[in-house]
Amino acid sequence: MTTYIIRRLLYCVPIVFGVLLLTFVLFVVIGGDISIEIAGKGASQETIDEIREEYGLNEPLFLGWDSQFINHFKNALTFDFGRARDRELVIDKIKRGVGPSLALTVPMFFAVVVIAVSLSLVIAFVHGSMWDIFAVVVCIAGMSVPFLSFILFGQYFLAYKWGLFPIFFSSDLTMAQNVALPVLIGVAAGLGGNVRFYRTVMLDEMGRDYVRTAFAKGLSARRVLFKHVLKNALIPIITRMAMAIPFLFLGSLLLERFFGIPGLGYLMVEAIGARDYSVISAMTYISAIFFVVFNLITDICYSLVDPRVSLE
Amino acid sequence: MDRITNKKRDLKSMNDNGTLLSVRDLSTHFFTEEGVVKAVQDVGFSIKRGRTFALVGESGCGKTVTALSIMRLVPAPQGRIAGGEIVLEGKNLLELSERRMREVRGHKIAMIFQEHRSSLNPVHTVGSQIAEAVKLHQKRSSREAWTDAVEMLRNAGIADAAERAREYPHQFSGGMCQRVMIAMAVSCEPALLIADEPTTALDVTIQGRILDLLDELQRENGMSILLITHDLGIVAQRADDVAVMYASRIVESADSQRLFAKPLHPYTQGLWESLPRLGFSGRRLRTIPGVVPEPLRFPAGCKFHPRCPKGRSDRRCQSIEPELREVEAGRCVACWHARGYESTL
Repeated sequence: MTTYIIRRLLYCVPIVFGVLLLTFVLFVVIGGDISIEIAGKGASQETIDEIREEYGLNEPLFLGWDSQFINHFKNALTFDFGRARDRELVIDKIKRGVGPSLALTVPMFFAVVVIAVSLSLVIAFVHGSMWDIFAVVVCIAGMSVPFLSFILFGQYFLAYKWGLFPIFFSSDLTMAQNVALPVLIGVAAGLGGNVRFYRTVMLDEMGRDYVRTAFAKGLSARRVLFKHVLKNALIPIITRMAMAIPFLFLGSLLLERFFGIPGLGYLMVEAIGARDYSVISAMTYISAIFFVVFNLITDICYSLVDPRVSLE
Repeated sequence: MDRITNKKRDLKSMNDNGTLLSVRDLSTHFFTEEGVVKAVQDVGFSIKRGRTFALVGESGCGKTVTALSIMRLVPAPQGRIAGGEIVLEGKNLLELSERRMREVRGHKIAMIFQEHRSSLNPVHTVGSQIAEAVKLHQKRSSREAWTDAVEMLRNAGIADAAERAREYPHQFSGGMCQRVMIAMAVSCEPALLIADEPTTALDVTIQGRILDLLDELQRENGMSILLITHDLGIVAQRADDVAVMYASRIVESADSQRLFAKPLHPYTQGLWESLPRLGFSGRRLRTIPGVVPEPLRFPAGCKFHPRCPKGRSDRRCQSIEPELREVEAGRCVACWHARGYESTL
């Protein structure tokens, strides 16, 4: 197990290298000299030179130990991403944004998983009936409605018209009050696709031979579902969950933007709008690391759930 | 052990050749988008206590669906038992509530399947899968059930049963998986064991051992076995009574001695002639021309007529389907050309 984890971590080295190379090429080489933009209109050549010095833009791109390329790597590995356009440290911005983002995405994620898995078990139980067809139609309808419509409906009716929730983020309110409506919207929008996915997973398992054996033993449908089907279905469920977790840290671009939640999604949208390459490049790098790490965690989870998988 | 001896005494006291299960006019249909597939039509037979009854036929003839109908495990919602009676010890299983039926499954009637490996749950240990049934039907504690499960595995011929009970199905070979399935099926001492192609996917040497195991367990427990197979060699060796199925119907039934001595239905005759026999070296084996008809395109009249040497040119065979009639005591056949068939009415 330990050797497996170490080997997997070594595999990560080229991936991280690739990501850093890509962000460097995209944001430093192609993005070009940003000192003029930072200095603003009508700044003197002196100011621009100072900024160039401070951001290390006078160094050569690739050659030499102090080249921009090497610095890009060094900074990334020490999580020192330099300063954003507004001169604040990028890492401070990210630290500040993580809290609100997680407050929004974590409850949303768990609510969706718990509700969708339970619903899909119920649907698998009644599959082929009118209820099943009804559920699939609702799911597809839910998937077909654009995410934006959910947000606009929630914000306009639930918050503005009926006053059930705050319309916009306010630091006077508790975090729970602030994220309640966005979480609700996120869950409502996410359920359709998730229920449909988990329903397929459950039905796939229901059709397997071991389920017939379990019924032939005289087990009740409930016991077959919970003891036999669910444990086998955990394998695809874990995959889907693990792939979604890195996104939790990135926040929700749309929800955060619409409700003014100062999370990482908001930060990212702003950074893109302002061509703030250091922020974008830092976020890209961090999410790549999350992906790599959670992929590893997924594989470890497999070995816990499925006795056929061994990590040697 | 006590339970087994008691059961043996019970058996002795009862009429030894009493009927355990009788199936009457069973029809099972599948409602698909292309139409109604009549997988089983008017099937009837009875299984005596402590005996082995073989249901023989080519794949797709409705053997497995018959077995699943007895268990009431026909895949819903497409599959439905359209009519008939399945009477076990005087009770019609088709009239039981689902809850009562669950007490029959695994307890009175157990079933083993052809797909030995995939029929076991890959994420539970084999011991827990056997113990689960024992716990449910014999009202035992988890620990007792586990001890029973290990005992069952040992009886089924698995060495180091105590350790192997803690292993998972993927750690067992194919033959071992089938032994586990058998251990699971007989763990609650069922009155009837349905064995659906129990040895089809196994090596020949292992086939023999699995069938010996079934024989041995049958002698110990006095259970009846419904053996579903397409392998006539197995039938000849192991079965007391035989029914031959073709395209959803039983075409001939008898005790195995008489059936093997002189098959009456052309289909049965064809099956017999396609079987290699000692002393017939040098002669090519006969085959039955044509293929089994698809359930949605059954021919009119006798379903075997397009492949039958007599029926191909007989108007009556092509238009009127013969029903199963008793031509001698305990001997039924469904063929216009069988000796004595027409004089039975």
